[in-house]
Parts: sequence; C-alpha cells; structure tokens
Amino acid sequence: MKHTKWLLATLLILALALSACAAAPSAPAQPAPAGEEAAPTQAAAEEPAEEAMVAPEGMPGIKPVRIALVMPSTTTDLAWSQSMYDSLKELQNSYGEDVFEIVYTENMFNVTDAAAAIRDYADSGYNLILAHGAQYGTSLFEIAPDFPETSFAWGTTTNTGEEEGVTNVFAYEPRAEQGGYVTGVLAAELTEAGVIGLVGPVDAGDAKLHVDGFVAGVRDANPDIRVNVSFTGSFGDTALAAEAANTHVQAGADVLTGSSQQVVGAIGVAKEKGIPWIGIQADQSPVAPEIVVATVLYDWKPTLLEMITSNQSGDYGGRVLQLTLENSGQTMIYADGLPTGAVEAAKAAEKGIIDGSIEIVPEPR
Amino acid sequence: MTHELTVMAVFLGVIHSGIRLATPYLYAALGETFAQRSGVLNLGVEGIMLMGAFFGFFTVFQTGNLLLGVLAAAAIGIVMGLIMSVVSITFQAQQGISGIGLFMFGLGMSSLLFKTMLGTVEGINSFPELQVCLSESFCMADIPIIGDIFFGHSIMTYGAYLLVPISAWILNKTTWGLKIRSAGQNPEAADSLGVNVNAVRYASVTLGGALAGIAGASLSLSLLGIFQENMTNGIGFIAVALVYFGSWRPLGVLVGALLFSGVNALQLWAQVLGLPIPSNIAVMLPYVLTIVALALPFRRSLQPAALTKPFERGEN
Repeated sequence: MKHTKWLLATLLILALALSACAAAPSAPAQPAPAGEEAAPTQAAAEEPAEEAMVAPEGMPGIKPVRIALVMPSTTTDLAWSQSMYDSLKELQNSYGEDVFEIVYTENMFNVTDAAAAIRDYADSGYNLILAHGAQYGTSLFEIAPDFPETSFAWGTTTNTGEEEGVTNVFAYEPRAEQGGYVTGVLAAELTEAGVIGLVGPVDAGDAKLHVDGFVAGVRDANPDIRVNVSFTGSFGDTALAAEAANTHVQAGADVLTGSSQQVVGAIGVAKEKGIPWIGIQADQSPVAPEIVVATVLYDWKPTLLEMITSNQSGDYGGRVLQLTLENSGQTMIYADGLPTGAVEAAKAAEKGIIDGSIEIVPEPR
Repeated sequence: MTHELTVMAVFLGVIHSGIRLATPYLYAALGETFAQRSGVLNLGVEGIMLMGAFFGFFTVFQTGNLLLGVLAAAAIGIVMGLIMSVVSITFQAQQGISGIGLFMFGLGMSSLLFKTMLGTVEGINSFPELQVCLSESFCMADIPIIGDIFFGHSIMTYGAYLLVPISAWILNKTTWGLKIRSAGQNPEAADSLGVNVNAVRYASVTLGGALAGIAGASLSLSLLGIFQENMTNGIGFIAVALVYFGSWRPLGVLVGALLFSGVNALQLWAQVLGLPIPSNIAVMLPYVLTIVALALPFRRSLQPAALTKPFERGEN
C-alpha cells in the first residue's frame, strides 16, 4: 500500500514537471475538432471566390493561411530556429493575425516527438507545416501522403520525396556556402595575425556548407591566412563552444566566426577578449553589439511566400527552394565602423556570387 | 605571417583549458558527492544547474552585482534541493525517477522564466580572469609554465578547486562528515546511535543543491556571460557519472573532472591544429573514456551501501 502512495507522489511530480515543459513552448496546437476545422479551410483553398485576397504594399496577395512550425531548438536561439520564427513574425505583422496564423512547437530535437507534433498540426487543418530540421525527413514522407491537400516543408534538404511518390512536400535549404564565402572574404580583410577561428557544430548539412564557403572565401582573398576549424559535435553545447573559442584565441586567432545556437558561448568569449565576431543565421548583435561586426541574416520571407502562394494555387509541394544572396534569402549586415576597404571587398564578393563570376570551390578537407 | 605554435604552447593551452572547463563539473559533482554519500541519488543536478544559471544570470542582469548572482543561484539550488529532499526522503519516492522529474522541472521552468523575463539572449560582464600582480610590471601569470597554467582563471574556477580539499575534510575529518557517511553506509546503525538519518540526508541533498546551483552560475556568470535555454547540455548528468567515476571521494571526483575536461580540451586543440582525426571521433573521446572508467569493476565495492534506499525507522 505504502509503495503505491510514493509511486503516486512521484508521478504527480513528473506530471507537474512535464506540464511545465509543455507549457513553456508556445501556444498549444490544440483547437482540434479536426475534421470540421480542416474541411472548410481546404474547401476555401479550392474556391478562391469565397475569401478575399490580402496584399500589403509590395507583397503578393494571399488568402488566410494557417502555418505551423516544428523546430529543433527555440524561437530565441539566435540562430537556425529563430531566423525562421522571425521571418514568420514579420510576415504576420504585414498581413495581420487574421490572415496569417502562426503556431509553433519548440525543442523537438527528438524526431519521434516532432513527428507526433507534425501529424497533430496536419490533423488540425493547418495549411503549411514547416519541419525545420534535417532529421525530420523520413517521418515527413510517411505523414505527408495522409494529408494530400496540406503542404509540408522540410529543411534542410533538396529532397522533396518525389521518388517515393510524395507530392506535397517542399524542400528548402540555405546555400550557406554563399554567406560563408562573403564573410570569409571579410574576415581575411580584418585579420592582422593571419589566423581566423571557426567554431562549428557538426561537420554536416548546412554547417558543413558554411565552413566550406568560409574557408574558400578566406583562401581566395589571401591564401596565406590560416583558418582553424573546430567542431564541438553538438548544436547546444555552449560551454564547449566557449572553450573552442578560447582555444582559437590561444592559437592566435584575432577574428572569430561560427554557426548554430551554441555560438552564443563563443560570442561571450569574443566579447571578453574584444575580438571581432562574424555571425550567420540570425542577428547576434544583441549579445555583444560592440564585437559583432557582420551577420549573414537568413530571411525566409520570400521562400515562405512562395510556398504559400503555391499552396493556394493548388500546388502543394514538389519544389526545391533555396536561400541565396540572389533571391535575398541571405542578406548581409555590416556594422558601422568597419574599414571601408574590407566592406567593399565583401560587397564585391556578394556581387560576384550573384552575377556568377565567382564560383565557390571548396577546399578538400 | 602565420602564427606558429610550439609544442609547449599547445601543451600549456590544453592544461589551461582543461582546468577552466572542469569548473562546473567540480561544483556539481562535489555537491552530488555529499548527497550520494548520505544515501540519496539526485539525478536532478542538471535541472538545478539550469535554474541556478538562470537566477544567477537574471540577478546580475538586473543589479550588475556578480556576488549577488552567485548567492541567488545558491538560493534557488537550496530550494530545488529541498524539493528533492521532500520527495525522495520524506515521501520516499523512487530516487532515480524523482531526480529525472526534478531535471525536467528545472529545464522547463528555466526556459519559461527566460522567455517571460528576458525574451532574448543577452550578455553581461562576467567574472574577469583574475590577475595577481606583485608589482606593476610583474604579474603571477608572467611566471613561465606555472603562471600560464595556474594563473589567469576566474575566481569561480579557483573556488571550485578550493572546494575539493574542503569537501574531503568535511567528509573525512568532521563529526558531520561521519554522520553523512554513516547515513549512507548503514543508516540503521547510525540511527541506533542517535543520528537523525533523515535530517542528515536533508542537509546533504540541500547542500548538493546549493552547489549545483553555483555550478550553473559558474557557466552563466563566469565561463560564458550569457544565459540560453538548456545551456548546460548534459553537464549535470556527466557530473553524476563523475561521482561514480571518483568512487564517491572528492579527490577521485577531481581526477575524473580533470581527465574528462583535459581530454575535451585536447580534442579541441587536435582539431585546431588540423590533426587528421575526424571531428566526430574527437568529440566522442571524453565520453568513451568516462564509460570505460565506469565499467572498471573495483569501484562498485566503494559505493555507499544504502545509496538510493529510503530510510524508515524500525523497518528492519
């Protein structure tokens, strides 16, 4: 008897803890009389006459749309997930909350949990469901065929599942090597010691593209400069990212860069040592405005609008969308006070990538 | 033009990094040593660390007072330690599960507070690297080799190392330490000699909580100077493993923490130097080492006999 009581107490604590976890991330996905809700929305998509198009100045007209975002980290990670959330928020501010509905689930690094969230959102009638993590692919291809009139989007990849007969998945990816190349050119101009440190997460996906682009940019600007690259093996290990930055500084680096949400640890070190930091994905200057000298900002708005208009014209997927400098998916922010020559060199690299005169050839690693 | 590195510089760099990296592990693992020696396995260290990291950071963000931040972290650690004590000692809940519950509570709660009270990642001026100077021209860090290794850390790092002999002294030389050890080894005997076993366990788990809170603060106030959701990223769980690794002795914990951090620092340097080891293998090294050390059989005999067993008077 006694043991049952303790078991109950434990379960109660667990339940409390779990509900605290669940409450933290965002608005719940609930309002779920699924069938009833889903039907009118999808009917509306087929009969354009019923709902008015809304088009703020300079933006394409869209009908009311409901978007769900499932992400591996959080809306405040200052990197991958935040870049997407910020773009969604900006679109919502332009179109209004009545037209542009957003819900999201955070900390879905675990694929099983993410798959459950994705299916729930599809069940509740969301029009576009963004699976914002490379690991979600397999589950997405299993879920998508069950909801043929819902659009799904998978990043980062170029695989829309066409070979498996899936027709309603968009694939999206940032061409991270482009921003990486431009910042590489900039870093080569900024370094005096001739050593640059890069704090990477895992040597794969867009993090790998970023490193390849950055190293190529530095090499093309000045082949004598050494880029020290280290990976922490994780996306969230802020302490190890900080120590990696320390190591780079001890090894002589006087410019630092890196990607993923853990780099806030490295930025803290850069701030303490007064070393310039070049960021990618989201604007990291709030952490240390004095040392964040440049940022490759991911702007998902054009990509999102393309998915939405495509969805509303009855085309639910099957296309690959990329964030490039050319389509303004990546935009450069340069801090004031950078040497003019350095910014000009970086801008020349931007132009060269856009007009095709620069070809980014990765260094074999 | 390129900066050439000598073997010596790399060697010193690895040791310096290793010493600094060990800081949060030491606070958390020494605190957990007290809890486990008294017979309570607290798996919630990670959650307490997150709460400590947040409360410490938020206090400094508001007041700019670093010392106050450490105190706030210790205070929330005490609260979390008391929650763990109530659940696992008074209510005698299964310790492993309630610890995991406490971890999840800390993870969710620190994220929620971060979102509502800060909203975005901010920076603070963290604990500076301490420079001890004998005269204007000569600082301790200028001493060759020894200066590079032992000086130029933050005061929180020194605090962590100072805690090792203090913990060993408390556990081995004081009456209170004897009570802690007897509560974990043979609570019935201790009870018959007039030791209030549950009170000793309450105190030990709460002390462990306070140290775990400070461990979190050592991250957010000293090593990083920022707070981010889930920033501990498993350090608390490694700290629990280090207690086993160190055979429940502060010195053993120190060796384990230094070994783990040292190998971690080594793999970072190996990558920076461009040694031909795949980064995936390199980052795995410290964890492989921990597992191997944990698997060594002789350690188990040193485990406190009543670890994870709730105590009830007169049951046996």
